[in-house]
Amino acid sequence: MADLQQLALMFKNLDDQLVNCMRCGMCQAVCPLFRETGRETDVTRGKLALLEGLAAEILQDSQGIDTALNRCLLCGTCQANCPSGVQIIDIFLAARAILTGYFGLSPVKKAIFRGMLANPRLFNALTSMGSKFQGIFTKKVDDLLGSSCARFNAPVVADRHFNALATRPFRKIVPRLDTPAGASGLRVAFFPGCVVDKMFPQIGEAAVKIFRNKEVGVFLPAGQACCGIPVLTSGDRQTFNTLIEMNVELFRNAAFDYLVTPCASCTATIKELWPHLYSGSRDIAGDIARLGERTRDITEFMVDSLGLDGLGVTPAKEDVITYHDPCHLKNSLGITRQPRTLIRAAGGNFVEMNEAGTCCGCGGSFNVAHYELSKKIGNRKADNIVASGAETVATSCPACMMQMTDMLSRRDKGIRVRHVVELYADSID
Amino acid sequence: MSSPQASALVGEFSAIVGSDNVMTSEIDRYAYSYDAAVLEPVMPGIVVRPTTSEALGRVTRLCNDNGLPLTVRGAGTNLSGGTIPHPGGVVILTNGLTRILEINEEDLYAIVEPGVVTAVFAQEVARRGLFYPPDPGSQTVSTLGGNVAENAGGLRGLKYGVTKDYVMGMEFWDVQGNLIRSGSRTVKSVTGYNLHGLMVASEGTLGVFDKIILKLIPPPQAARSMMAIFDSIAAASETVAAIIAAKIVPATLEMMDNFTIRTVDNFRKAGLPTDAAALLLIEVDGHPGQVADEAARVEEICRRQGAREIKVAHDAGERNTIWQARRDALPALAKLKPTCVLEDATVPRSKIPAMIAALGEISRKFDLTIGTFGHAGDGNLHPTILTDKRDKAEWQRVEHAIEEIFDRALALGGTLSGEHGIGLAKRNFLVKEIGQATIDYTARMKKALDPKNILNPKKMEG
Repeated sequence: MADLQQLALMFKNLDDQLVNCMRCGMCQAVCPLFRETGRETDVTRGKLALLEGLAAEILQDSQGIDTALNRCLLCGTCQANCPSGVQIIDIFLAARAILTGYFGLSPVKKAIFRGMLANPRLFNALTSMGSKFQGIFTKKVDDLLGSSCARFNAPVVADRHFNALATRPFRKIVPRLDTPAGASGLRVAFFPGCVVDKMFPQIGEAAVKIFRNKEVGVFLPAGQACCGIPVLTSGDRQTFNTLIEMNVELFRNAAFDYLVTPCASCTATIKELWPHLYSGSRDIAGDIARLGERTRDITEFMVDSLGLDGLGVTPAKEDVITYHDPCHLKNSLGITRQPRTLIRAAGGNFVEMNEAGTCCGCGGSFNVAHYELSKKIGNRKADNIVASGAETVATSCPACMMQMTDMLSRRDKGIRVRHVVELYADSID
Repeated sequence: MSSPQASALVGEFSAIVGSDNVMTSEIDRYAYSYDAAVLEPVMPGIVVRPTTSEALGRVTRLCNDNGLPLTVRGAGTNLSGGTIPHPGGVVILTNGLTRILEINEEDLYAIVEPGVVTAVFAQEVARRGLFYPPDPGSQTVSTLGGNVAENAGGLRGLKYGVTKDYVMGMEFWDVQGNLIRSGSRTVKSVTGYNLHGLMVASEGTLGVFDKIILKLIPPPQAARSMMAIFDSIAAASETVAAIIAAKIVPATLEMMDNFTIRTVDNFRKAGLPTDAAALLLIEVDGHPGQVADEAARVEEICRRQGAREIKVAHDAGERNTIWQARRDALPALAKLKPTCVLEDATVPRSKIPAMIAALGEISRKFDLTIGTFGHAGDGNLHPTILTDKRDKAEWQRVEHAIEEIFDRALALGGTLSGEHGIGLAKRNFLVKEIGQATIDYTARMKKALDPKNILNPKKMEG
């Protein structure tokens, strides 16, 4: 829990940022949640007003404000479109930290974040218990996982169409790698991220296959920890700091050109959030900054660094592919071109869907805490995917893949959900 | 709302609109305590969201029966405090009334509910090959009901007029819950008082809008945009007058001053001429032949008036670059300081040079940063004062500057507000423009139509 002085400082910083909102209300046009509910407390302008009301001691219901604040996908679409350039995500993350400090982390979250996430070996061991463990998940740990780390929420709620935990996680298939740069002259550090490791190991395998094929050296150390986004969004700065420290320790002294991840959320977190939200006691700001500068989304790396521009590739007539923009790539990092280029480079017959850049409604823990709303937003995405006529929807974030799988499997249209690198890996057989 | 009487009222509202559409919690009420005006929030007592026309009428009547002040709220993008509720009053949301009831392609009109979003409507109309021109800056979120209540303008005012020019008729609820009808689906109609005209710009003080009949027109077939660069703001503003004097009415004729140009360029690095004193952004539209002819003449006038360079857009990309600069003006200015006061005092367009000069004097006199851009073609400039409302000393100077902007605009034969409304922000200045007799006349009319003064009280009250 943050000490009082730190809390006061955070509130002060918040006030300086809050005052930038001029209440123009333009966020109403782009907020996927507001589109469903039409409630001012669900849109950014309303939430920022509530925080100002709390800071000005006009409002007493801090619990209500905490609840309102958590009804948010953190998709960042408002920030990307804010005329005043309000740093909305920073404000929301800081406010969640302040309120979590005030109310304390719930015991279940504390158990998960500090007992499990901050201890990758235990986390891995537990998730490796496979089907037996999933039984426990679906019954007792329901609320526990739900309100905490939605990255691992798939097997939680009874009527969900979820991706089961992989029987062999990526880390069992490829425990570690340390290969030199080949003909490409490049060597990457590979950070698969928890969801790829535990649910979509095939994405990790596809990445490794591509690295080999393009003669890219790979540094994949064992013992990687979660990037920290689930704990950060729950306001647990202490565990967030611990996770950063563990990861920085693994990578700081290794030689590589880029740190590459196939998870949009991990990329955005390492690149954008680690550098300015680390508040731990270690003197690692320089290491964090250097890591951030070298961090790349995997499609960005493949297109911009490996030059896979898709020129001269004839698209296959069959299998129409569309693409969903993950918020953490489009809104946080402005990456929209490279994944599409890579689909073409893989010989894909690409079609653009309507509202490709609109959030899928997953939003990490939002999906579990507000499943009905998440489903409404997700269904709109599914409608757009179906209407595009595509047989495959590709994306570059495993969390979006979970959500789209859930929404599409109800339609029984036989539309596959795949990561862009899987498509490319298939094309180099 | 904690007394037994209050909870009985909550019950009555719930019975009409359903309990899901009644909000009474502290945080829900606070979220409807403000709009986009730089004014203090005011807490309402209850927020209700009717989803049918009938419920809207019954809610209005219930408010009147109990003497509850009510404020109708669309998207809350008002810049003059018109949607800030009365203390402890009722906020009626229109975002449950969002149906486009009819788009008639033969008779060129549409009928809408008040909560339809302007841009959604314009897009739907465009899909049918027709055109609804009013395009206020907040059109992606603003509602048609709000546009009518404020008589919203936009960039196309010069040629196409503003919201009032498109309101053919209306149905609205009076305070007793009777449905009042005015206007018709016909181009011509002189049956009864022009009550729908009275509703336009009434800021929610005379009736609760239920349905609006809007005029549609065929879209222009072609358009051409250009950017003219000037070394003197006087030359730029005289060019505006010269274009109009040549009997050319561009669809859009916008101006940006040097401060705004530099701010926008710093914002997007679009390669704008940062040393220029002013830019004119011009678009002519219509039949392709007419567009080619008018564009050539406008270009020639600009040159004759001393434009040092004219960039004509040759394709959609270049056209977009020109208008992106204009769209960037407000966001770019808004990012400079925490508080951004967007004024809209308007003068006859021949007085634009004098008004620009006055704004320069006011900026120096009160030591304030003012960026000026806006609809030069219709005399509606947007002097934008950049400040921090927490700096009390500077805020006082801002208030004095605003007052002086009003005085100068009125002295030039202009008006307090071109398109943002009077609301709470400008009500104390109303007498300066319209005089006490007009205020008294308005008050008698209001008293007759709303005896208990429940319809958005205090707004536009001189």
